[in-house]
Amino acid sequence: MDAVLQQARTRGANRVHRIVLRIGALAGVEPEALRFAFEVVTRDTLAAGSTLQLEAVPARAFCPVCAAEFDAGMDYVFSCPTCGQLSCDLRQGRELELAQIEMS
Amino acid sequence: MPFGIKVLRFVAPGILRANTLPAVEQPAPLVGANVAAVRETVDLRVPLLAKNDQIAAGNRANFRARKILALNLVSSPGAGKTTLLSRTLDEFGLTTKCAVVVGDLETDNDARRLARPHAPVAQITTGTACHLDAGMVAKSADSLDLTGVRVLFIENVGNLVCPAEFDLGEELRVVLLSTTEGEEKPLKYPPIFKTAHVVLLTKIDVADALGFDRALAAENIRRIAPQAKLIQLSARSGEGLAEWYALLSAHLFKS
Ligand SMILES: Nc1nc2c(ncn2[C@@H]2O[C@H](COP(=O)(O)OP(=O)(O)OP(=O)(O)O)[C@@H](O)[C@H]2O)c(=O)[nH]1
Ligand SMILES: [Mg+2]
Ligand SMILES: [Zn+2]
Ligand SMILES: [Zn+2]
Repeated sequence: MDAVLQQARTRGANRVHRIVLRIGALAGVEPEALRFAFEVVTRDTLAAGSTLQLEAVPARAFCPVCAAEFDAGMDYVFSCPTCGQLSCDLRQGRELELAQIEMS
Repeated sequence: MPFGIKVLRFVAPGILRANTLPAVEQPAPLVGANVAAVRETVDLRVPLLAKNDQIAAGNRANFRARKILALNLVSSPGAGKTTLLSRTLDEFGLTTKCAVVVGDLETDNDARRLARPHAPVAQITTGTACHLDAGMVAKSADSLDLTGVRVLFIENVGNLVCPAEFDLGEELRVVLLSTTEGEEKPLKYPPIFKTAHVVLLTKIDVADALGFDRALAAENIRRIAPQAKLIQLSARSGEGLAEWYALLSAHLFKS
């Protein structure tokens, strides 16, 4: 929230209408918990009453043998569907990112 | 400046919406000709760090600047963290100055077991918190005289779940798995093993007596944590300890 308000202030906004966060499937962030907390932390701020939009980022890992990315799934054993190689080279899926703010 | 009013009910593909919480459908704001709002949508790509991660990043920078190798030791209760550290202080610690921060729910038993004239030890009593966080480590490390210290061992609270989510600012995360816990543990607690740099299979002196399958355990660890260096050791018989000390030596910062 601090990051959002800081961005809004440096851009001279009076109100934040919508916040878009990108959340990786393996980021360890519970969307439900985030939504629950959102209303409380935005109360009495520029972002009071704003919409929280969460974009899911699927987990993708990289296979060194095939030199290709594959969908890693959620089970933490990242095994290449083409050759079976195990990999821990996660290319996306751990991010927690402030993607967009709509403000006025 | 465009006078654009965006429709807030827009839902892009791939958006998670909690089913239990109905989307807050806000009435379109009153926008008459005289109350037009200037709205802009700003694209940002700002990575967000949770508070713990910020402190952890500070710890890491601090340890590196002081050339201290910090290790976070994580395991189930009783896997042998304190026993291994005691022996490490008595052997490795004689020639390389070490310090210890140890977390415990209630008691200071482990801190007393680890106390050595040549190694500063600090105790963190976590109360109900079943893991250490970066703030506790920062405070505790600050209370120690780290002059000349080259290795800081952080003994986490015995728990394989929460510590996975709490970066302490360590250089190496060391996960201990004891032969008494069975071969399947890594498959049941993947996140902590996924984030390990080193996995220590402990108490191998009793592996045979327990019918513990070392090859199967090693295979399970490799499946979940192909990135981790695996060492099989016993703090009792001393087997594998030379390899552990060699790993510590190899990761020391050049002084
Ligand atoms: N056979 C055998 N027993 C060991 C070994 N290392 C530790 N133990 C025993 O395991 C028990 C727990 O060891 P600790 O070192 O206290 O384990 P810990 O991980 O520090 O435990 P917590 O701090 O409570 O999580 C003690 O009874 C130790 O004597 C070992 O290498 N072999
Ligand atoms: Mg202990
Ligand atoms: Zn492959
Ligand atoms: Zn916890």
